[in-house]
Amino acid sequence: MQALAPSQQEVVLRVVTAMKSRPGPLLEVLHGVQDTLGFVPPAAIALIAEELNLSRAEVHGVVTFYHHFRKHPPGRHTVQVCRAESCQAMGAEALVAHAKRKLGVGFEQTTADGQFSLDAVYCLGNCACSPAVMIDGDLFGRVTPQSFDALIAELTPK
Amino acid sequence: MSTVVYIPRDAGALSLGAELVATAVITEAKKRNLGLRVIRNGSRGIYSLEPLVEVQTANGRLAYGPVTVADVASLFDANFLTGGAHRLSQGPSEEIPYLKSQQRLTFERVGVIDPTDIADYVAHGGYRGLRNALALEPVAIVQAVLESGLRGRGGAAFPTGIKWKTTADQAADQKYVTCNADEGDSGTFADRMLMEGDPLMLVEGMTIAGVAVGATQGFVYLRAEYPHAQKILNEAIASAYRMGYLGNDVLGSGKRFDLEVRMGAGAYICGEETSMLESLEGRRGEVRVRPPLPAIKGLFGKPTIVNNVISLASVPVILDKGAEFYKSFGTGKSRGTLPIQLAGNVKNGGLIERAFGVTLKELLYDYGGGSASGRPIRAVQVGGPLGAYIPAGQFDTPVDYEALSGIGALLGHGGIVAFDDTVDMAVMARYAMEFCAIESCGKCTPCRIGSTRGVEILDKILQGVATDQNVALLEELCETMLNGSLCGLGGMTPFPVQSALKYFPEDFRRAPAKGTRTAQGMR
Repeated sequence: MQALAPSQQEVVLRVVTAMKSRPGPLLEVLHGVQDTLGFVPPAAIALIAEELNLSRAEVHGVVTFYHHFRKHPPGRHTVQVCRAESCQAMGAEALVAHAKRKLGVGFEQTTADGQFSLDAVYCLGNCACSPAVMIDGDLFGRVTPQSFDALIAELTPK
Repeated sequence: MSTVVYIPRDAGALSLGAELVATAVITEAKKRNLGLRVIRNGSRGIYSLEPLVEVQTANGRLAYGPVTVADVASLFDANFLTGGAHRLSQGPSEEIPYLKSQQRLTFERVGVIDPTDIADYVAHGGYRGLRNALALEPVAIVQAVLESGLRGRGGAAFPTGIKWKTTADQAADQKYVTCNADEGDSGTFADRMLMEGDPLMLVEGMTIAGVAVGATQGFVYLRAEYPHAQKILNEAIASAYRMGYLGNDVLGSGKRFDLEVRMGAGAYICGEETSMLESLEGRRGEVRVRPPLPAIKGLFGKPTIVNNVISLASVPVILDKGAEFYKSFGTGKSRGTLPIQLAGNVKNGGLIERAFGVTLKELLYDYGGGSASGRPIRAVQVGGPLGAYIPAGQFDTPVDYEALSGIGALLGHGGIVAFDDTVDMAVMARYAMEFCAIESCGKCTPCRIGSTRGVEILDKILQGVATDQNVALLEELCETMLNGSLCGLGGMTPFPVQSALKYFPEDFRRAPAKGTRTAQGMR
C-alpha cells in the first residue's frame, strides 16, 4: 500500500476536521475526500479511523460497501454507462460493448493514457431518454454509438 | 419589460441539450438587442418534447419543442417571443394533450415555476399547507394525513399516517424526519423530477412532518447519481432558511426544523428504509431486523419517520386542500393520484400523474404512443428491478395497488419499463439475479449467495443445458430467496424471474448451444 502523500494527508485532515462534529460523519468524510482527491486512498483509512474514533475495519467496511467510492485514482474523465432495465430496453448492452471497444477497457478500468475511466451504473434516473450515459457529472440521453464517439472525441486531447 | 422564457434545468432536459439551448437563446437575444429573462424551470415531463422552451406571452404560456441549438435562430426569426408560429410550436403548454388529460396534484408546479424562488412557489399556492398545519394541533395534522388515505409512494405502500402516528406517540428527546430519495429503481424518475422542479414542496412536506410528530431535524438521503437534484435541493433549502421557512423559528411559530441533504454512495439497497438509516449513520448499508420499527427506534436509535419523496411532497396538498379533497381521487384503497413514469422502449416517455385506475394500455399507447422502435410491445416491467414482468395480454390491468397485486405484480414506485418483441426474457431473468448479486448487502444468505447461484443456473439455461432440470432448480431457488430474506431485495428479486418463467416459458426452452456439453450431469 502506497503511503499517504503529505498533500493527501492534509486534505484528509481538513475534511475530517470540518465534518467530525456532525452526526454519523463517516460517509460525509469519504465523500469529502473523494470529491477532492478523486478517490479514497487505502492509506487514508487508518487516519480517518483514528480521527473519527472508529476501527480500521469499520472504515474499510464502509469504503468497500459502496460502489461510489474508488480505491484507485480515476482517469481525467469518468464515463458511466447505465445498464439498468430501461436502458437495456433501448440497446444499452450494445452501447456498453461499444464503449468498452472504443475505450479499450472494461468496467472499473482506466485507459492507459489516463484519460477515461469506464464504470457501469444502475440507473441515472433518465429512463424516459434511454440509454443514458453520465460523463463527469453531465448527463446524456438517447445515446447512440455515434453520439458516444462524439462525446469521447470532444474530451480527447488533440 | 423583458419577455420571460422558460428553459428547463431538469437533468433529463439537460441530457438532451437544454443547457446549450439556453446559452444559444441568451446569445441570440443579445445579438438582436431583445430583452428577455430566462427562467430555468423543471420539466413538464414530456421528454419527447425536451428541451421544451416556453414563452410567457399575452396569450399565456406557449411551448416550442423539441428545440435544438440549430433551431434557435429560426425561432427568433419566427418571433417566438410574441408567440409566432414555428415548425416546433406546441401551442399553449397546458393544452398539450399529454398534459391536459393529467390530474396533477403533486406535480402541479413542476415545470411551471422557478424551482428555487420562494416568491414564485408561494404565488402558486406553496406553503399554504404549512401555514394551515401550524394553526393545528399536531394530532390534527397526523389525523389529516391518516384520513387522506395516502400510502407510501416509495414502493411498499404502507399508510403514511400510521407511520406518523407511531412516531408522534413516542416520547423522546429527539426525533427525526428522513426522506428516502434513493430512487434506484430503473424506470423511475419522479423523485428526481420533483426535487429538480419543485423542491420546496418536499421541504414543505418535511417541515409539516416535523411539526406533526415533534421532530426538529430532517435529512434527505439523496442518491449519488443525482448531482443536479443535489444542487437544486440545496439551493431551495438555503432559500427556505433565508426566508424563515426553516430554522429555529419556522414562520414565527416558535417551532424548530432543520433540514440537510446527505448523499448516498451508489448502493441500491440503501433505498430500503433500515439500510438507509444505517447509511445515514455513516455505516455499511446493511438491513436491520424489524422490529423495532424505525418509527419507534430509527436514526441514532430515535423515533424516525422514513418517507419517500413523493409521499412527503403529497402532504402540503393534503394540508392545503384537505384530506377529503385528496381522497376524492383514486379508487378502492388506492387513494389520491400517482405519478407514473413511462420509460424504456416507448415513443413518448415521461411523467403522467393521474388518479389511480388508468390502465397499462392507455399509458403505453395513448400517452406513450407505442414502442420507440415501432415493434410490438411484448412486456412491461412495473415497479423497478424487483417488479414482475407483465405480458401484453394483461395490459388492460389498471395501475393501482390492488389490481396489480391481483395479477401477481406490484406497483412499487410507479415506474413502467416497456420492452419490444426483441427482448429475451431469459436474459432479463438473468439480469435480475445479477443485479441482486451486485447490490445485495450480504446479510441474508439466500440473497447473497442465492443470487449468484441464480446467475449460474440461468447461464446454463441460456446455453440450453438441461433446461427442464435447471428451470425446476431455479424455481426452487426463487422460493428460498422469497421466504428467506429480511428485506425486499432478496425477497422480491424472484418476482421478475418467476413472472418471466410464467408468461414467457418459450424463452427458457432453448436448444443446446453448439459446442456445449450435453445435458447429462450438468446440474
